Amino acid sequence: MTPILTPARQRTLLALAGALVVMNLASFGFGEAPLETLGRIWAGTWGTPYGIGQVLFKAIPLLFTGVAFGVALRAGLFNIGSEGQLAMASLAAGFFASKLGAGLPWVVALPLVVAVAALVGGAFAAIAGAMRAKLGVHEIITSIMLNRSADVFLPWALAVGLSVDGVRTAPVAEGARVPPLERWFPSFTGSAASLAFPTAVIVAFAVHAWTRRSRIGRELEWVGQAATVCEAQGIDVARRRMQAMVLSGAIGGLTMMGTVLGYKGYYELGLGAGAGFSGIAVAMLGRGGPVQLTLAALLFGTLAQAGIAINARVPRDAMGVIEAVVILLMGAAAFASSQDEVKSPVPANRKETAG
Amino acid sequence: MRLLSLTTVAETLRMAAPYACAAVAGVWAERAGVIQIGLEAVLLSSAFASVATAIASGSMVLGVIAGIATGVALSALHAYLVDKTRIDAVVSGIAWNLLAYSASRLALRALYDSASNSPSIEGFRFGPTGNEGWQVLLRVLCDPVNWLALLAIVASPVILERTRLGLRIRAVGENPTAARAAGIDVGRTRLAALAISGAIGALGGVHLAFDQHRFESGMSAGRGFIALAAVVLSGWLPGRAALACIAFAFLEALQFVLQDIGQASKAVTLAQILPYAAALVALGVGVGRRSAPGGLGRHAEG
Repeated sequence: MTPILTPARQRTLLALAGALVVMNLASFGFGEAPLETLGRIWAGTWGTPYGIGQVLFKAIPLLFTGVAFGVALRAGLFNIGSEGQLAMASLAAGFFASKLGAGLPWVVALPLVVAVAALVGGAFAAIAGAMRAKLGVHEIITSIMLNRSADVFLPWALAVGLSVDGVRTAPVAEGARVPPLERWFPSFTGSAASLAFPTAVIVAFAVHAWTRRSRIGRELEWVGQAATVCEAQGIDVARRRMQAMVLSGAIGGLTMMGTVLGYKGYYELGLGAGAGFSGIAVAMLGRGGPVQLTLAALLFGTLAQAGIAINARVPRDAMGVIEAVVILLMGAAAFASSQDEVKSPVPANRKETAG
Repeated sequence: MRLLSLTTVAETLRMAAPYACAAVAGVWAERAGVIQIGLEAVLLSSAFASVATAIASGSMVLGVIAGIATGVALSALHAYLVDKTRIDAVVSGIAWNLLAYSASRLALRALYDSASNSPSIEGFRFGPTGNEGWQVLLRVLCDPVNWLALLAIVASPVILERTRLGLRIRAVGENPTAARAAGIDVGRTRLAALAISGAIGALGGVHLAFDQHRFESGMSAGRGFIALAAVVLSGWLPGRAALACIAFAFLEALQFVLQDIGQASKAVTLAQILPYAAALVALGVGVGRRSAPGGLGRHAEG
């Protein structure tokens, strides 16, 4: 019989308590009554249909990047380059979609744009993947360098011709838009939630099933657990690592479905920024499976939306502090409870941190 | 302005200081076996603490001390969490970076009601004023924070290679299980190494803030990340890491030279990519291909 307070739930409770403490301190610091701040957060997030829609919208990139990080982690790779991968993919998708013919039906346009985003995200991740697989340079270092390179490259690319006004790309073709949920659920009206949310959930379940059912997916995990054994067994470790990294980048690139195609209708600098790093927290919190992953994305989506709800009175940076505290508390509590769980959270192979 | 002038030399040295401090801080952490990608947080939090304290107390020296104390506290807490709670060091580092960025912005609003920067501080003003190359160079050479940084950088390899503490830190970093069997307290040794790492990294943060005479939101601007690349490129040697940082700083100073020459301005923005691209290429061709400390990211087992 499982106890009601499983280790995972204890962790979540601890993190929520920490979040509450920081929230109250920040409220006091800015001369606001904590209860009023909490009330504002409730009204801005789960308290109204519009708020719920906004939370779903905020959760879309986080779920995609969470899944992306998880896939690489299965193979023992720390892809902290989602940030750059999703930005490059978003720009490419936004630009490509703006060049499509206006009359193109969505069954053609949408898959094309999604493919471009996945391709670009995957290709950008492939640089780090290849350097790890072929040259043995650790992916953490290369991912960080690639993130920073993207930070420099994007404004330049927008300035020299990929944009209409130096800041944003031209509007995407109508057929490439991801329809908003308000089309089917009128109470979401005004919120930016789109079909990208259910898509992200489906992707989370599909990837989960694939890593467990397919041969490549299972080999990824073995590579993550014991690379040298795999090598001896004739598994092409370098190739599997490369595949995991590219797949991770491609999934990260899909975030643009929520931001570029489902919300703005164009790409502008900074759209989707931050999701790459938050996705790591989502993946850590949502280990276990696609349901947990979705819940974790919703939690961090709620934090992000709550920041906007209180920003007029308490700066939304308070939510950044809360997010950091939640990550630290969850991570710190994970070990205590992993004693009871079957497996270590991080594949053993990651410990072989070569430079 | 020519490519190599006194101004370029002075600017390179000025810009190299925060990079080099962060990189040497990274060497200390990783030689002890603790992955530290929170260098950015060390830079940012110490920069903020030094400015806030300098403003509140009116004493620049107190500001420097507060900055260093903040760096030590943050870095030591990282070591403690990683050792005691076994939080993943990369995840912890990312959380610290987020925390330092958000908390410093929050404090800017709370203390100075500004979203972007603090009021200005006096800092240390020694040496001649003016913008001639030799004047700038002389100012850099007169800056006490630079001297503190240089001292830390020069002392680091000596302490790491020649002292009992250094030996213990390297032992823990190479093989924590064996070090523990030999009677070394792995947790405390790592705590000590990370405290030193935090102090040196904090000098970089203090330098950033005192150089600008104020704190600006996000002013570390990725320097902690570049420093990580320098750590790997150096083969985990503090002296070489500092040299790599001077190279990165030179690439950064070059941008200003390019701007002066007035080349097509859009190309200049792309030139900011140089340090990162250079790091990637250098890593790719295997400059200083030395393997990481054997115990990096490992805990004592059994």
